Amino acid sequence: MNTYGNRPLETAYDVVVVGGGPAGMAAALGAKKQGAERILIVDREKEAGGILLQCIHPGFGLQHFKEELTGPEYAQRFLGQVLAADIQVAKDTYVLDIDGQRRVTLMSGETGMQQVQTKAAVLAMGARERTRGAIRTPGRRPAGVLTAGLAQKFVNLMGYLPGKRAVILGSGDIGLIMARRLTLEGVEVVGVFEIMPYANGLNRNIVQCLQDFDIPLHLSTTVVDIQGRDRLEKVTVAPVDSHFVPDLTRSWDIDCDTLLLSIGLIPENELSRQLNLRLDPVTQGPVVNSRMESSQDGVFVCGNVVHIHDLVDFVSAESSLTGEYAGLYATGQQLPRDNIRLIPGENVAYCVPHTISSDREHTVYLRVRKPLEKSVLRLGEVYEKPLRYVFPAEMVNLKVRPRFLHQFHGDALKIDVLPGE
Amino acid sequence: MEVYDVAVIGGGIVGCAIARELMRYSLRVILLEKEIEVGFGVSKANSGIIHGGHHSSPDTLKGKLEWEGNQLWDALRDDLDFGFKRIGEITIALSEEQIPTLQQIKAQGEQKGVPGLELWETEQILKAEPHLSPNIVAGLYAPTTGVVNPYEACFALIDNARLNGLEISTKNPVLGLDYREDVWQINAQKGVIYSRFVINAAGLFADQIAEMAGVGNFKIYPRKGEEYLLDKRLNGYIQRVIFPCPTPVSKGILVIPTYDGTLMVGPTAEQVEDKEDLTTTAAGGQRVFEAVMQYAPGISPRDCIAEFAGLRPVADGEDFIIEPSSRPGFIQVAGIQSPGLTAAPAIALLVLEILQDSGLALIPKDDFIAKNPPVIRFASLSRTEHMTLTQEHPSYGRIVCRCEGITEGEILAAIARGAATLDGIKFRTRAGMGRCQGGFCTGRCLELLSRELGCPIPALTKRGGESWIVRAREEVLNR
Ligand SMILES: Cc1cc2nc3c(=O)[nH]c(=O)nc-3n(C[C@H](O)[C@H](O)[C@H](O)COP(=O)(O)OP(=O)(O)OC[C@H]3O[C@@H](n4cnc5c(N)ncnc54)[C@H](O)[C@@H]3O)c2cc1C
Repeated sequence: MNTYGNRPLETAYDVVVVGGGPAGMAAALGAKKQGAERILIVDREKEAGGILLQCIHPGFGLQHFKEELTGPEYAQRFLGQVLAADIQVAKDTYVLDIDGQRRVTLMSGETGMQQVQTKAAVLAMGARERTRGAIRTPGRRPAGVLTAGLAQKFVNLMGYLPGKRAVILGSGDIGLIMARRLTLEGVEVVGVFEIMPYANGLNRNIVQCLQDFDIPLHLSTTVVDIQGRDRLEKVTVAPVDSHFVPDLTRSWDIDCDTLLLSIGLIPENELSRQLNLRLDPVTQGPVVNSRMESSQDGVFVCGNVVHIHDLVDFVSAESSLTGEYAGLYATGQQLPRDNIRLIPGENVAYCVPHTISSDREHTVYLRVRKPLEKSVLRLGEVYEKPLRYVFPAEMVNLKVRPRFLHQFHGDALKIDVLPGE
Repeated sequence: MEVYDVAVIGGGIVGCAIARELMRYSLRVILLEKEIEVGFGVSKANSGIIHGGHHSSPDTLKGKLEWEGNQLWDALRDDLDFGFKRIGEITIALSEEQIPTLQQIKAQGEQKGVPGLELWETEQILKAEPHLSPNIVAGLYAPTTGVVNPYEACFALIDNARLNGLEISTKNPVLGLDYREDVWQINAQKGVIYSRFVINAAGLFADQIAEMAGVGNFKIYPRKGEEYLLDKRLNGYIQRVIFPCPTPVSKGILVIPTYDGTLMVGPTAEQVEDKEDLTTTAAGGQRVFEAVMQYAPGISPRDCIAEFAGLRPVADGEDFIIEPSSRPGFIQVAGIQSPGLTAAPAIALLVLEILQDSGLALIPKDDFIAKNPPVIRFASLSRTEHMTLTQEHPSYGRIVCRCEGITEGEILAAIARGAATLDGIKFRTRAGMGRCQGGFCTGRCLELLSRELGCPIPALTKRGGESWIVRAREEVLNR
């Protein structure tokens, strides 16, 4: 198989990591730190790095490396550490399945199929983009309607442009980034249309990618029709009311040959389903305990496979910890079981992990359902803290310290984000 | 002047089935298709059901050919290797008043000789299909109903016909027809073709072709059907085709477990003006899901991953028109609406009879090759087969479409069999049909098409015509 060191595969590993993106690389390094010896990262692409490789814009690493890097630079730093730590990487290699005994079946164009045994497995396959089907936009199906991520691949990796005049539906970060990229490439970007009353991407991207380039952002507006026999010729957009029902009397047409969709990401969970992992219907990723272990012993999960993160820095932090736990598991070190369930309450869409233990400090990631100017986050009766502006596009993180839980003897805690004054 | 024995106009399921049947005989045959590949018309966008044989009246040509066609599909699949299986169907009644209709359909089927029809009670229905609503009062079960990948069937038929000497000319619409000195002169976009016999199998445009031949005594009306595909997670949720009890105007909205296991719901039935109106509509989607949720309450619009619309070519009088025309050697195969897919193999046999009656000599070829070389479908092989295959052919060890598990080897084979577009690859291999709808594999498919066809990526298309995918940088900057 194609490995950086061109090493053939062993028959057994301590930790096998599926996915060589930022999550997978951080997890492998974490496992190494806890004493796992034989670690393998498997990635189906020709290079490790995942989606970062097509993110040639800056904005990565401000938290983790305290400097601003591009996606490929960020990936390269991790890859450097991975190779220096003597972690094996099998590129251009596909994990076909993992069974209940953690036997991993791998396949590559060069060596065909192979099976390896692992003590712990880490799933870090990332996410995929939601497509047109998910929003059922009426109209025809011409060429030229594509996800923002595919357009990014065309432009940044393959060197082609998706068209001459583009409309962007959805204000997810990839869409915002692509609005700027396409403008720089000489494509006319007519505007970004968002069905929600607020933007779905990070504020800094709204400023740097739209406002700086005079690209209009139309909130509470969506695409209601797509026309064109062979290639996209026209879309119709219309404002929506508070129930997202379009007002067709106020619609207008836009001539364009390209419609980019930036309408959200969904965890890639083909393997998780094969393994029968319990999934959270909200995140659409596996349910995890405080060690980022799924409902199956020895199978750990991290990164966008679990829930969608806004920043790669958070992915790295979460995944490195996941890797440490996988490493501990692989080297046979026991950890106390979780004793408290976390329940998403008022204005909380989900929280990860789903359970915690009262003996350690935990970072709990959560997302609110509705934006609030001023709010207060409450953890059951045991802790509360004021938050400034919260909105769904920005993940909230909460440090839960053992001292919060001294007086607590229950087995479940509800998390609410309530209006504050 | 080179004269063909038969020219088939239209490479839909009907034209392909006719062409393949003709190739059993010592004949010079050409098929003309206006699109870039065969099967890109009505035959690509439909429900893919091989109807059980009992739904239509034996007094119509449709009804007769539906049952005859149904019985021919097993042999075709065995020879040609495409996705077809008999999964059975249940037509359900949601009220006592509908039960007589079920009884009448059963009697009609039995009159035609359709075996195995059974009236089921609620309990038996729910045992077979636990996700259907307990409000169902009765059902008519038919074991003869099947599902097929309709585009795969077109490709397999045409592959076999070509193997046996069929000539095919795509991107070559017929623009005019003339009959002179016992020979038809076909003016097609790429040039003039001469043929003794002409088969009009042009689907939605059969009225225009008939008009060109001077025998235009019917009109084709497009009747739109919208269909919605559901996430793979629901595979197996319903196992048989479910029909609501039909009304005099419509067969209703069905649940269709397609050959590959994906659930599909639809179709609507709506008369439209434009023969290219393939729009799906918000109202159509709503109608489909509302109707289905009445009897399969667990299905919701949230599960939708893709949708499409198709147009049924409906002729005046609603029946198929399959007959010699008033001008010698010109044969009409028009108005092939539902169940045209089911009937196609029987239509082909009928057309051969008509040709013979009109004076075409059918002399069997002794070197006719009935079987297609098998098509490798990685996802359906066993682990041991995977092992040997990937050792021998490394390209089968490279997954290109992760949603459907399609390998580079399969895509290369599809290109070798004639796929020239992204849709050509998609409909031959399923690459790009899954959850991500091509988000991951489009780039790789373009690279492979470009390499194999020696065609720059910006010149490649989704499905021919102006459906380009990307532009070269220079082209955009020099606008
Ligand atoms: C929504 C829907 C659901 C359906 N479901 C079913 C089902 O479940 N079961 C079933 O049995 N049937 C079903 N049908 C019906 C079935 O799809 C059709 O009867 C069948 O596909 C018709 O095949 P065809 O070859 O006649 O038409 P087509 O596939 O349209 O073939 C005609 C071909 O002629 C070509 N052509 C046209 N004009 C010219 C020209 N001037 N020169 C050259 N070429 C030309 C076209 O490009 C096209 O490729 C359904 C139809 C629809 C729309």
